[in-house]
Amino acid sequence: MSGQNRLPSASWSQRVIRNLLYGQNVDRAAKARVRVGFVIILFGLIYAVIATRLVMFATFPDDRGGHRAASQDAIATARPDIIDRNGQALATDIKAPSLFGEPRRIIDRDEAVELLTATLPDLETAEVRQRLGTRKGFVWLKREITPAQQKDIHGLGIPGIGFLRENKRVYPSGREVAHLIGLVNIDNQGIAGMEKWLDSNGLADLHRAGFATDRLQQPVELSIDLRVEHALRDELMNAKEHYQAKAASGIVSNVRTGEIVAMVSLPDFDPNNPKEAHDPDRINRLTTGVYEMGSTFKAFTLAMALDSGKYDLNSMWDARAPLHFGRFAIHDDHRLGRFINMKEVFTYSSNIGAARIALAQGVEAHKAFLRKMGQMDRLRTELPESASPILPRKWGELNTVTIAFGHGMAVAPLQAVMGIDALVNGGWLIPPTFLKRTEEEARAVAKRVIKQETSDKMRFLLRLNAEIGTARKADVKGYYVGGKTGTAEKVINGRYAKKRVLNAFTAILPADNPQYQLLVMLDEPQPLKETHGFITSGWNAVPTGGKVIARIAPILGVQPRFDLPPSERLILAASRATQ
Amino acid sequence: MISREQRTPLSEWWWTVDRLLLAGMVLLMLTGVVLSLAASPSVATRIGLDPFHFFHRHVLFLLPSIVVMVGVSFLSPRQIRRSALIVFALSVVLIVATLGFGPEVKGAKRWITILGVNIQASESAKPAFVVLAAWLFSESARKPEMPATSMALTLLLGLVTLLVMEPDFGQTMLILMVWGALFFIAGMRIVWVFGLAGAAIAGLFAAYMMVPHVALRIRRFMDPASGDTFQVDTAMDAFANGGWFGLGPGEGIAKRSLPDSHTDFVFAVGAEEFGIIMCLGLLALFTFIVMRTLSRAYASEDLFSRFAASGLAIMFGVQAAINMAVNLHLIPAKGMTLPFISYGGSSMISLAYGVGLMLALTRERPRTEMESINATAAASYA
Repeated sequence: MSGQNRLPSASWSQRVIRNLLYGQNVDRAAKARVRVGFVIILFGLIYAVIATRLVMFATFPDDRGGHRAASQDAIATARPDIIDRNGQALATDIKAPSLFGEPRRIIDRDEAVELLTATLPDLETAEVRQRLGTRKGFVWLKREITPAQQKDIHGLGIPGIGFLRENKRVYPSGREVAHLIGLVNIDNQGIAGMEKWLDSNGLADLHRAGFATDRLQQPVELSIDLRVEHALRDELMNAKEHYQAKAASGIVSNVRTGEIVAMVSLPDFDPNNPKEAHDPDRINRLTTGVYEMGSTFKAFTLAMALDSGKYDLNSMWDARAPLHFGRFAIHDDHRLGRFINMKEVFTYSSNIGAARIALAQGVEAHKAFLRKMGQMDRLRTELPESASPILPRKWGELNTVTIAFGHGMAVAPLQAVMGIDALVNGGWLIPPTFLKRTEEEARAVAKRVIKQETSDKMRFLLRLNAEIGTARKADVKGYYVGGKTGTAEKVINGRYAKKRVLNAFTAILPADNPQYQLLVMLDEPQPLKETHGFITSGWNAVPTGGKVIARIAPILGVQPRFDLPPSERLILAASRATQ
Repeated sequence: MISREQRTPLSEWWWTVDRLLLAGMVLLMLTGVVLSLAASPSVATRIGLDPFHFFHRHVLFLLPSIVVMVGVSFLSPRQIRRSALIVFALSVVLIVATLGFGPEVKGAKRWITILGVNIQASESAKPAFVVLAAWLFSESARKPEMPATSMALTLLLGLVTLLVMEPDFGQTMLILMVWGALFFIAGMRIVWVFGLAGAAIAGLFAAYMMVPHVALRIRRFMDPASGDTFQVDTAMDAFANGGWFGLGPGEGIAKRSLPDSHTDFVFAVGAEEFGIIMCLGLLALFTFIVMRTLSRAYASEDLFSRFAASGLAIMFGVQAAINMAVNLHLIPAKGMTLPFISYGGSSMISLAYGVGLMLALTRERPRTEMESINATAAASYA
C-alpha cells in the first residue's frame, strides 16, 4: 500500500521524512503485523519474569522470614542447681518473663516506644526505638522483668510486643562463692567458673539436643562447704581492711582428697551482677594469678633433701656468712652466723640454708623434684580459669639458689597448695578438685611423690615452726597447727621492692594427722603499730590464719585436743617407731 | 433477544464481541472487589474513615464502570475516534483546570473536584490519547500527504507537557512508552528504535539528574541501605509470609503498615492473604487480557483497529507489569496502580472506557463492513 504512486502530489519534504522514519517502499500493514507479534513476545517475556519472581518468593520464603525460628534458640536455657557439700544452694534457676518485640508486627513504633519507656523507665528510649526500627522478626527489649512489670505491659495492649518465660540464674550466696561458681550470660550460658565447666561438660550438648529441661537435671554437688567459705571470707575481709592490703585470698583444702573446701579471693564480685566480674582487679588470684610464694617454697627444698635420703633433720648447713653467688649475695633476715641444722633452716627460715640445700642437690634434681610436685606445669582443674607457672627461661645454679627460698619462679597458689598437701598427707600428689570426692576416689588419682617418712618429717617441721618458729601466732590451742610463712618481695619495675610484699601462710591441722590445709595470702599489707612496723608474714598473714583456723576447725569437725606433747615427742617419735 | 435470527444491535454485539475477553475483564473487576475487601479497611481505619469506606466506593464505581465498558464496546471504529476526540478534549480542559485550581497534594496537582467527585483527568486522557495516536499513525500509513506523524508527535508533546507540569512522571513515562510502542508498530525503522531507546535512556538520566525524588528512588533500588525502603521491604515480607497458599482472608499484617496497601501495594497485600497461587492467577488473567487483545489486533485487517487495540493493550499491560514489578522489587518504586484491582475511584471509569475500547476494537467485523468504514472514514477525514 504505497501512497507515493497514488498520490504523487505529496510534498517532497514529507516524502523525505516518511522515508527517513519508515523506510522506502515498505508494506506498512505487513510490517505492523510482524511488530504486533513482536510486542506479544515481549509481553510474554515480561510476564514470565514476574511469574518467576512470584514462584521464587513462594519456594524460598525463608530468605526473609526465618528470623523467628533462630531467635528462639537464644532463650535462656535451664541449668542444674549447684549445691555445696551439705546441700546448700549456691546457684539455682528461677523463672522470669522477658520482653521481646516483633518489629514487623508493630504498627505504631513511636507509640510503642513511648508506652514501653513510660512503663519501664530504665529502658533506653533511643535503643528501644532503634531495635524496633529494624526489619527483624524478633528483638529482645528487656530480659528478665518482674511479674508486675509484665502485667503492666500486657495491659498496654501494644501489638507486636510479647513475653517469653526464661530461666534466670540466681546465686543466693552472692559474693561468697563468686570465683568458684563463676557466672552466666544473659542467655544462661556459663561464661566463667563452675558454670562454664558445666557447659563444657555436656550441658551445652544436652541443650542443643533439647533434653535439658528443669526436671531432668541432677544438682551438681561441689566440694565447697558454704559455712567454711563464709568464715574464711569474713576473716579475710577483716584482715584486708585491718592490714590495708590490696588483696586477700585463701584456700581451705582437704589434704587427703584434694577437695577444695573453701576458696576466697578478695576483691570479688557478685555473680548476680555480672558487670563487676570483668574488672581485672577482681580476678581469681588463686588460680588465675601466679606469684612467687616466698619462704613457703622452702618446704619443697627441705622435702627434696630429706627425700633424697642423703640428709636427715640433723644435717648441718653453713650459715656463717652471706652466700655470695656471682654479684649476688644471699642474706638471712635473722642473721645466725653459724652452722645450722635442717630444723633451724626451717624455723629461722634461713635463705642461706635453703640455698645450700638446693645447691647440694643440683639443678637437675631440683627441677625434677619441682616437676614431680606439679609446680612446673599449668594446673588444670574444673575451673576454666588457670595460669601457667612462670619459670626462668634458663635455669642455672643462681635460679636454683633463689627458687630454693621461693623467688624467681611464680606459681598459682592453688598449685602450691596441691604440693604442700602432698608433703603432709603421706606423700601423695592429688589433683585438686571442686567437686565432691571420697578418699577412695582420691587414692585412685593420687600419685606417690615422696616417701612416707619424708612426709612425717615435713609434718614435724611444720608443727615445730608453729611451736618455736615464725608461725607461732597461728598456734590455736587444741588443733595442733603446723605452718610455714612466706614473705615475697614484689618485683616492681624489674627490682625487688622491700616495702611491697606478698605474704603467704600455709597451715596444716592437725599436724600429727593432717586433715586440712589452709593457705592465706595478703597482698601488700601495710605496717601497723601493733606489728611494730613489720610487714613480714608472721605479723599479719599468720595471725589471720590463726583466726581462720579458730573459726573453721569446729565447723570442719576437727576434734580439739589439749594434752598433746610437743612435736619432738609426738610426731618424730611416732615416725621413728614406724620405721 | 440475542438470537442469530434477528439482527438487533444487541445480538450483533453479542455475536461479534470477544466474549472470553469480556469475561476476563469482568473476572478482573470481581477480583478487584475481593482484594479491596482485604486491603482497604485497614487503610480506612487508619485515616479515620468508616472501615468499608473504600470498599463501598470501589463497588459504587464498579457499576457505572461496567456500564461504560459495555456501552463503549458497542461503538464502531468511527464512533470510537469521535468519542476519543471528545474525551481527550475534555480531559485536556480538565487537566488545565487542575493546574489552575486543583489542590496541591504531596507537591503535585493531579486532582480536581467536580460535583463532589475527585477526578484525575490524566487518567481519562490516556486511553483517548492512545486512540488518537493510533489513528494518526494509521493515517500516516494510509495517507502519505497528511503530516500524521508530526501530528502524533505534537499530540504527544502537548500531553506530556501538561503531565510534567502537574507533575506526574509515572503517567508521563507510560504515555511515552505507549506512544513509542505505537510508533514501533506503525513501522518505524529499526535505527529509530535504537534512537528512541537512546532518547529514553537520556530522558531517564536527565530525570535522575534533575528530579531529586527520581534519583532517590533509583538509588534506593540499587542500594537498599541508602534510604528508607520500608514499603518495598514490607511488601517483600508480605510475599514471603503468604507463601503458596496465603495466610487466609483477614490474616495479613502487611496491610496494617503499608500506607498504600489499597492502591499501589494491593498485589502484595493480596499475596499475603490469598497466596502466590492467587497472584499467579491474577497475573495469568492480565496476561490473557493483554495477549488476547494483541492477538486479535494481530489478526485485524483494519490498521486503525490494529494500532488502537495494540496501543490500549500495551498501556494496560505495561501499567499492570510496572505495578507488579514494583511490588516484587524488580524495578524501582513507581506509583502505578494495578488496573481494576487497586482502589481508584473515578479512575476506574477511565479504565473501563479503555477496556471498553479494547472490546470494541477487537470485535469481529466482516471485511465489507471494514472497507465501508474505511471508505467513509477516508471520505470524512480527507
